[in-house]
Amino acid sequence: MRRLKGAVAPYLLILPGGLWLVVFFAVPLVYMASVSLMTGNLIDGFEQTWHWRNYTDGLDVYGDKFVRSLWYGLIATVACIALAYPAAYWIAFRAGRHKSTWLFMLLLPFFVSFVLRTIAWKLVLTDQGPVLGPLKSWHLLPKDFHVLDSGFAVVSGLTYNFLPFMVLPIYVALERVDHRVVEAAYDLYAGRFAAFRRVVLPLSLPGVFAGVIMTFVPVTSDYVNASVLGGPDNTMIGNVIQTEYFTNSEYATASALSFTLMALLLLGIFAYARALGTKDVLEAAGR
Amino acid sequence: MTTTLPETAAPAPARKPRRRRIGRGRGLQAYTVLLVAWLLLPIAVMVAFGFNDTHSKQNFEWEGFTLHWYAHLFDKKDLTTALVNSLTIALLTTLIATVLGTLAGLAIGRYKFRGQGLANVVMFAAISCPEVVMGASLLSMFVATETPRGYLTILAAHVMFSVSFVAITVRARAVGLDASIEEAAKDLGAGPWTTFRLVTLPMIMPGVTSGALLAFALSVDDFVITNFTSGATQTFPLWVWASTRTGTPPQVNVMGTLIFAAGVLLAAGNVVLTRRRARATP
Repeated sequence: MRRLKGAVAPYLLILPGGLWLVVFFAVPLVYMASVSLMTGNLIDGFEQTWHWRNYTDGLDVYGDKFVRSLWYGLIATVACIALAYPAAYWIAFRAGRHKSTWLFMLLLPFFVSFVLRTIAWKLVLTDQGPVLGPLKSWHLLPKDFHVLDSGFAVVSGLTYNFLPFMVLPIYVALERVDHRVVEAAYDLYAGRFAAFRRVVLPLSLPGVFAGVIMTFVPVTSDYVNASVLGGPDNTMIGNVIQTEYFTNSEYATASALSFTLMALLLLGIFAYARALGTKDVLEAAGR
Repeated sequence: MTTTLPETAAPAPARKPRRRRIGRGRGLQAYTVLLVAWLLLPIAVMVAFGFNDTHSKQNFEWEGFTLHWYAHLFDKKDLTTALVNSLTIALLTTLIATVLGTLAGLAIGRYKFRGQGLANVVMFAAISCPEVVMGASLLSMFVATETPRGYLTILAAHVMFSVSFVAITVRARAVGLDASIEEAAKDLGAGPWTTFRLVTLPMIMPGVTSGALLAFALSVDDFVITNFTSGATQTFPLWVWASTRTGTPPQVNVMGTLIFAAGVLLAAGNVVLTRRRARATP
C-alpha cells in the first residue's frame, strides 16, 4: 500500500505542470508543423496539402536571413563571452566581501524592460547622442558619421541586452572553483597563465556552455534589436517570421520558417548538451 | 610550502607570485568598472529623458529639465491600462507557475520514476526553444482552433514558459534534501500534507521564492511571446514597442525609471534582510 503511494506520487505531482506544458507547448508545435505543410491564404482559408515546398521555398527566399541571423548570433555570443568572462573572473576571485554587490551591478539592466532597454541603447547611439555628439564636436569623428541602421548597431544591441545572461552562469561556475586547487597549481610551479589555462578555465567551462545556451538561442531568433537598431537592411529571420505572420498573413510560410529555425537551433543545442550532459546544462540554466 | 590554510586567511607575507596576482586584479577591476558603466549608460539615458522638456513627438533630443511627465504620469489612459495588464498578468503567472512548478520540481528532484528523462527533456526544450517559435506555434494553434486571443491566452502562454524555470530552481533545492528528516516527521505521526507543510516546504522555500521571482520577472518583461498571443490586449512592453513607430512619450521613460527603482530597492532590501537574518542566527 505504502509502496504504491510512492509509485503514484511523482506522477500526481508532475501532472498539472506537465499538462500545462503539453497543451501550451507541445500541442501548439504539432499545430504549427501541420500548418507549415498547408497551402492557401487568409481569405480562402488554408488547406492541408503536404506542401513540403514551403520549407525549400522558405530556405531559397530567406536563406540569407538565416545565415545573417546565425552570423549575428555567433558574433554577439562570442562578444558576450569575451566581455563577461574577465569581469566574472574578477568578481569571483578578487572582489572579496563585495562580490554580491558587483554581481548585482552587472545584473542591473534586468530591471529595465527588454524593449525599453533596446530603445535606450538606440538613444545612446543616435547621431547627436551622449556618445557620438561629444566625439563629433571635438572633431574626433566626421560630422556625418553614424552607427544606427547598421549590422554593428544590431550586434551591439544584442550583446548589450544579453550580456547579463552570460555573466551569471560563468560567475556561478567560477565561484565554485576551489581556491585550494588553484593554490596547489601554484605550489606545483605553474605560472599564473598555466594555472589559469589548465585549472581555472577547464573548471569554468560548464558555466560558459550554459551561458552560450542562454544567449545564442534568444540572440539568433531575436527581432527587436534588428528592428529598432538595424533599419531596413539588416533584418534577421525573426523579423521575417514576424512580418509573414502579422503583415502578410502567410501562416504556412511563416510556420515553415519557424520550424526550420527551431530545428537548426535545437539540433545544435541538443548536440551541445549531449556532449556535456543535459543535467549539468539544466542545473546551470536553473540558476 | 603547505597550503592547508583557506585563502581567506590574512594575506600571507609577500611572495612573488602573490604580488603579481594582486597586480593583475587592479586591471581587471578597472575593466569591471568600465563594463558596469557601459551597462548603466543606457539606463542613465532612459532616466534622464524622463525629465526631458520635449515638445516634439520623438523624445530624442534634450530640450531642458522638467517634472511635467512625473506629474502627468497616468495621462495616457491606454498606456496605464497596458501597465496594469502587465502587472496583473505577472502576478497571476507567478501564482500559477509557482504552484505547478514547485510540484513538478519536487517530483523530479525527490523521486525516481519512469518518464523522468522525458520530463527533463520537455522542460529543457521549453527553456531553450526560441521565443519566436513558441509564440508562432501558439498563434498557429489559436488560429486553427479559433480561440479568441487576449488576456487569458497571454496568461496561459506566460505560465507555460515560466513553469519550467520554477521547476528547475525547486529541483536544484529538492535534490539535496535529506530524506530522513521527512521520514522522521512521518514516524512522529505526521500525515503527508502536514509533512509537506511543516517539513518539506520550509526546506525548499529558498528555491520556491527564487523561482517565483524569476516567473514574475520573465512575465512582466516578455515581449515576443506576448506579441503573438495578445490579440487586441496591450501590455507595457507591447505598448512601448508600438510607440517606437510614432514616438515614445516621456511617460514611458518615467514608468521605466519607477519600475527600475522599485525593482532595485526590493532586491537590495531582500539582500539586506537575508544578511541580517543570517547574522542573527549564527
